[in-house]
Amino acid sequence: MSDVRYGMVIDTMTCVGCAACVIGCKTENDTPEEYSRDWIYTLLQGVYPNVRMAIESQRCNHCDNAPCVEVCPTGASHYGAGGTVQLNPEKCSGCKACIAACPYEARYIDPRSGAADKCTFCMHRIENGVPTTSCQEICPTQSIHFGNLDDPDSEVSRLLATREWYVLRPDAGTKPKHFYLR
Amino acid sequence: MKRREFIRMTSYGVAGTAALSGVSSDWFGLYGNPTADPGTEGEQVIPSFCELCFWKCGILAHVKDGRVTKIKGNPKDPLSKGHLCPRGAGGTGLLYDPDRLRRPMIRRDRRGTQEFEEVSWDAALNEVAENFERIKSRYGASALALFSHGYGGNWMKHLFHAYGSPNIAAPSYAQCRGPRDVGFDLTFGWGVGSPERTDIKNSECLVLIGSHLGENMHNTQVQEFAEAIRNGATVITVDPRFSVAASKSAEWLPIKPGADIALLLAWMNVIIGEGLYDGEYLSAYAYGFEQLQEHVKPYSPEWAYTRTGLDPDRIRRTARMMAGARPATLVHPGRHVTWYGNDTQRSRAIAILNALLGSWGRKGGFFVPSSMEIPAYEYPGYLDHEAHVADRPDPSQYPLADQVLAQGVCNATIPSGIGDSRIKGWMVYGSNLPTTLPNPEETYRAIQELDFLVSVDVLPAEIVGWSDVVLPEATYLERCDEVFTPAWREPYVAVRQEVVPPMYESKPGWWMARELGHRIGLTEFFPWEDSMEYAKTRVEAAGLDCDLLQRDGVIVGEPGPLYFEEGSPPVFYTASGKIELYSQRLAENGFDPMPTWHDEEVEDPPQGYYRLLFGRSPVHTFGRTTNNRLLSEVMEENGVWVNRKVAERWGLRDGDRVYLQNQDGVRSTFSAPVKVTDRIHPDAVYMVHGYGRKAKKLKQVYGKGIDDAELITRYKTDPIMGGTGMNVNFVTFLRAEDVEAQQEAEGSSVGTEDEVALGVGRDFDPVLNTRAAGKALAGIGAGEEVAP
Amino acid sequence: MNEITNTRHNHLIDPTMHVWGWEIPLYLFLGGLVAGIMIFAGLRALREEREKPSLALSLLPWTAPVAISLGMFFLWLDLEHPFNAWRFYLAFKVTSPMSWGAWILLGVYPVSILLAWIDTPDSLKVPVARWIAPGSTLGKLDTWSRESRRLLGGLNIAMGAALGIYTGVLLGTMAARPLWNSALLGPLFLVSGLSTGAAFMLLFGLSERERLFLGRADMGLISTELILLFLWIIGLATGGSSSQGAVAMIFGGPYTAAFWTLVVALGLLAPLVGEALELKHGAVPGKGTAILVLLGGFALRWILVFAGQDSGWVTEIAMR
Ligand SMILES: Nc1nc2c(c(=O)[nH]1)N[C@H]1C(S)=C(S)[C@@H](COP(=O)(O)OP(=O)(O)OC[C@H]3O[C@@H](n4cnc5c(=O)[nH]c(N)nc54)[C@H](O)[C@@H]3O)O[C@H]1N2
Ligand SMILES: Nc1nc2c(c(=O)[nH]1)N[C@H]1C(S)=C(S)[C@@H](COP(=O)(O)OP(=O)(O)OC[C@H]3O[C@@H](n4cnc5c(=O)[nH]c(N)nc54)[C@H](O)[C@@H]3O)O[C@H]1N2
Ligand code: SF4
Ligand code: SF4
Ligand code: SF4
Ligand code: SF4
Ligand code: SF4
Ligand SMILES: [Mo]
Repeated sequence: MSDVRYGMVIDTMTCVGCAACVIGCKTENDTPEEYSRDWIYTLLQGVYPNVRMAIESQRCNHCDNAPCVEVCPTGASHYGAGGTVQLNPEKCSGCKACIAACPYEARYIDPRSGAADKCTFCMHRIENGVPTTSCQEICPTQSIHFGNLDDPDSEVSRLLATREWYVLRPDAGTKPKHFYLR
Repeated sequence: MKRREFIRMTSYGVAGTAALSGVSSDWFGLYGNPTADPGTEGEQVIPSFCELCFWKCGILAHVKDGRVTKIKGNPKDPLSKGHLCPRGAGGTGLLYDPDRLRRPMIRRDRRGTQEFEEVSWDAALNEVAENFERIKSRYGASALALFSHGYGGNWMKHLFHAYGSPNIAAPSYAQCRGPRDVGFDLTFGWGVGSPERTDIKNSECLVLIGSHLGENMHNTQVQEFAEAIRNGATVITVDPRFSVAASKSAEWLPIKPGADIALLLAWMNVIIGEGLYDGEYLSAYAYGFEQLQEHVKPYSPEWAYTRTGLDPDRIRRTARMMAGARPATLVHPGRHVTWYGNDTQRSRAIAILNALLGSWGRKGGFFVPSSMEIPAYEYPGYLDHEAHVADRPDPSQYPLADQVLAQGVCNATIPSGIGDSRIKGWMVYGSNLPTTLPNPEETYRAIQELDFLVSVDVLPAEIVGWSDVVLPEATYLERCDEVFTPAWREPYVAVRQEVVPPMYESKPGWWMARELGHRIGLTEFFPWEDSMEYAKTRVEAAGLDCDLLQRDGVIVGEPGPLYFEEGSPPVFYTASGKIELYSQRLAENGFDPMPTWHDEEVEDPPQGYYRLLFGRSPVHTFGRTTNNRLLSEVMEENGVWVNRKVAERWGLRDGDRVYLQNQDGVRSTFSAPVKVTDRIHPDAVYMVHGYGRKAKKLKQVYGKGIDDAELITRYKTDPIMGGTGMNVNFVTFLRAEDVEAQQEAEGSSVGTEDEVALGVGRDFDPVLNTRAAGKALAGIGAGEEVAP
Repeated sequence: MNEITNTRHNHLIDPTMHVWGWEIPLYLFLGGLVAGIMIFAGLRALREEREKPSLALSLLPWTAPVAISLGMFFLWLDLEHPFNAWRFYLAFKVTSPMSWGAWILLGVYPVSILLAWIDTPDSLKVPVARWIAPGSTLGKLDTWSRESRRLLGGLNIAMGAALGIYTGVLLGTMAARPLWNSALLGPLFLVSGLSTGAAFMLLFGLSERERLFLGRADMGLISTELILLFLWIIGLATGGSSSQGAVAMIFGGPYTAAFWTLVVALGLLAPLVGEALELKHGAVPGKGTAILVLLGGFALRWILVFAGQDSGWVTEIAMR
């Protein structure tokens, strides 16, 4: 998978903020009660009645330049298959440096294991031949697109080529692999 | 050192680290990084359909070690197309809800106090059977009424037909879709059905009158909504609240609540005045254009401005947008339309507007659905019902109602109420009447009058606390129900199967109906062994392979022509056989033959009060999911939306807790946090329905947030079909600190459920709808004291 | 007007991040203190002794290994998966201050213990020394270290400096936490560590000469610390919106009072003035000022750790 660089493109034009992706992740990944790997962020701007609203389904950005990996003293946080950022609970000391180092607050400590955890891009599915992530699959508006950023013909690449997009906190220098379509 | 430099430096570092840890690492082979698998993939994956709401999406339930681990969409299913809304995905939260009803129960104390004794199924069913027979022999079969909502209710409806009672009501009519279906039927001779025949995905201009798609999560509609947006459709949303749909719209018209008919008439005025309507279509199919033309002349955008608060130019502009895209312009009929008591007329106006744009039966408007022919199960004919249905003591009332009115049945239970009391017993299946019917006090009063009340539910909801016998049903994942054959884009049949065996001592509805049937001598109506055999018989009678159906969850047939232009015949089951812009039928019954604006129909909020509006959260279905632990992680309490300026006037900060008190002095039982927002009209406050629950055994949601229903002490009944308009109540704010301090002082807090419910010491007036108006105005003095 | 809602509510992360509790500031404080003690001990080893040191001074180096052990214990307490602590020593990550720290801590022990050992008056060593056979490994180590006192001194200074700086860099490299994200945090924590080290030593029965030396040193250190703090604040105030949001926490924000009273007024200015007066009137620096310095040093780390976690990346509203 070395020639693959997974990323997500999320269409804020169609996302309704229903949080099916959140529930879809919780059940797929059996995340602990009251913790979630993805979440819905909404920003309303303006004054009634002249307002506009952005809705974003957010999760770990699998940064190309991931501070969480850099600060991890044990190597538990590492760059994994397909350019993703992964976590090995076996190695995690629970020092929480990665949590503090993530500009997106994407991580948490799983109380069951004491290890840090976060979105894995559903690597357990991808590696078993399931083509996509659980949040992408469930989304009723199909606002989430998942694929190989390095393949110019992939849907994600085409969307990025044809639509206006932005990433979150670009000046944090993390090179996130989540792209939001306007 | 600048942050960027640091990052760059460290990113060189990364290479180094990689190398280093490469060396440093493979010590003791402790360095491998296997991919962790949460292990939720099912050993079996069983197709079925969802019941978290009434849309019935096809699902795939993953079962591992006898547990349902996750629920996904069934890609073969025409409604879910492999995708689910959050509620459907959270179905396990219902299946494994620790508060579920586990055993049959019989009341051991007065109604409202949850004093029950768990009994055997035999004891419970015998008790029910005895009461059914007693009521029948003493008052006749129609003295027993059924309230039913949800697909499993079919078994109970069958039982009631066999038993001989016509009093079968559902809150999805007079509290929901009724006015829309009557309005459209009056106009086109067709209802829009459920799932609606709206061709959203192909529409080029989508007009939403309140319909808050995206919060209203009827899966397929939301899927098509997104598809329409992707296809570049223009969306126009009319809503006093900046809904999610509004945020996706080219035009958001923040209308004054209740003024929609004025806007619709003004749109007609522009479209007809500027000759933008579909002339051919109208001359071919429509009746009464001339009358309509005359009728809408006075309703100019300027005229509408004073009613709606909407800029006349925007009204014109949006009218032209609609006309520009016709016939692919869909003015969405909405679904929960029981708002102001003039709802049939508003729905008529929507239907007529669609007719002017020629969208009925056209691509991007309303398609022509088809459904799969599955022969009914062969039974001996049902007994003849008594001619008279109890919901309308005076036959001239609500002449155009084509289904039983839940509120009417409720009233018919109260001697002092409208008409004499001819209802003595209720069975309530899957409907939490106290939070569903307007003015709960009326409902509680009716319940107190009953000889017998049996409820069939999965959770210890409020209605359960009021029942004499409680029958715990197995959830949709634990039972097989009637097959589902909706009228949709393509004809198909779907099956609901038992994914896991029923937990505790819960039983499926079909089993209860059958057991009861056998006990009250209706054996011949229950010849089948179980629901699967029943389903198999029907499916195979249609020449379909039931095993295939069980494997795939659905069998999809060939779609017929979807539009007139595709050769679907333009038939209209109206008296004139045409689209009735002018309705003779309404005229004959003494109603406006064409939608007309009456200023007195919508009054302004009294000083210091705000119109109480309510709607949906995408993650919840009324109160039926607010106890769902999984879904509550996303939303566990409802807030009160207050316009920022209003909040400033009241000195309310975001998150401040308030109680709401309505025009009749009724105060909410619990408090909720204020959501200070620029997303709502200053005349109104908004809440998500389904919170403020009083049933203590609902441990997750008990006492969380405010129940809109208890503040809906007034409702305006639609004179045409009896729908209960519920957006006619006004509330004011009471700071939680003050209220609770006062409660401290009086030593009173939340009492037992019946006390809470009956709001001890409140004077009760069963005929509130119109009379309460005077009362409301009387209540305002108090309002002014608290008003800033 | 900006209205923000977020469905996320992860424990320790929302509504504001607080992954690190009291253990970490305490650890950082002890780390700095030890750095100070080691550096002063090292300096002593480098300088030719003109007169015999006080007993307290020659025994103080022992507090380094003891205090660092205590600090590491608190660090360990903070781990969510403490029994994986050994994993620190299966990897070395150039980019991870924590990793550096883990290895530095290992280095601290030998150099500090050896120096403490040789500086301990022989009279006190006897009971132990008796067991060390001249030719044995320990014996060789003993003689080697006596001969390499200056080298050990240098090592103590190096290790102490590394330790002191690392405690600051640990926070300073976290771009995600604007309040910390400054290259000045390393030097700041080192200087503050030295000053708390000096103050700590002043608590014991030192000779007048030693007191005067430490007193003067401390005044210099405190002044430097004030300058560094000033530069750090300027850096943030003139940084991006995130940095400005962060610095606002000590300018009107929730940590304003604590920072200005505990750290600046009581922890730095008061002792500075105090020591100045004492020295001016020929008095030797007393314990009171020393205690203030120690409290101030702890408050600095406490406030930085807590406020820093709260300081998040300001969302770029404009982008949407
Ligand atoms: N104030 C107010 N009133 C309203 C509305 C509103 O928005 N506000 N909305 C109106 C509308 S649109 C509608 S459609 C109606 C809906 O009215 P209802 O259908 O009464 O809605 P719920 O309150 O969800 O009640 C559902 C009940 O069914 C139970 N239940 C869930 N699943 C099952 C099952 O599988 N079997 C059985 N036997 N029971 C089950 C739940 O525990 C709950 O007690 O309410 C109407 N009334
Ligand atoms: N997630 C979720 N989805 C659901 C349901 C659920 O419980 N949960 N229930 C399903 C059912 S049974 C139904 S009936 C539908 C109901 O959903 P819809 O029919 O789409 O919406 P309503 O409940 O009628 O109305 C709510 C919206 O109408 C706006 N509104 C209020 N007053 C006025 C007014 O005077 N004029 C205008 N133009 N707008 C107004 C409110 O601000 C709000 O945005 O949702 C269905 N979908
Ligand atoms: S499921 Fe899709 S539409 Fe719903 S919130 Fe997530 S991304 Fe948005
Ligand atoms: S988003 Fe946070 S957790 Fe994910 S890779 Fe980037 S820094 Fe690491
Ligand atoms: S918590 Fe675990 S993953 Fe995060 S930095 Fe510490 S050891 Fe690495
Ligand atoms: S990709 Fe997988 S793990 Fe990440 S949020 Fe989506 S479902 Fe959860
Ligand atoms: S819309 Fe959602 S809740 Fe309703 S049936 Fe479909 S999946 Fe279930
Ligand atoms: Mo409804």
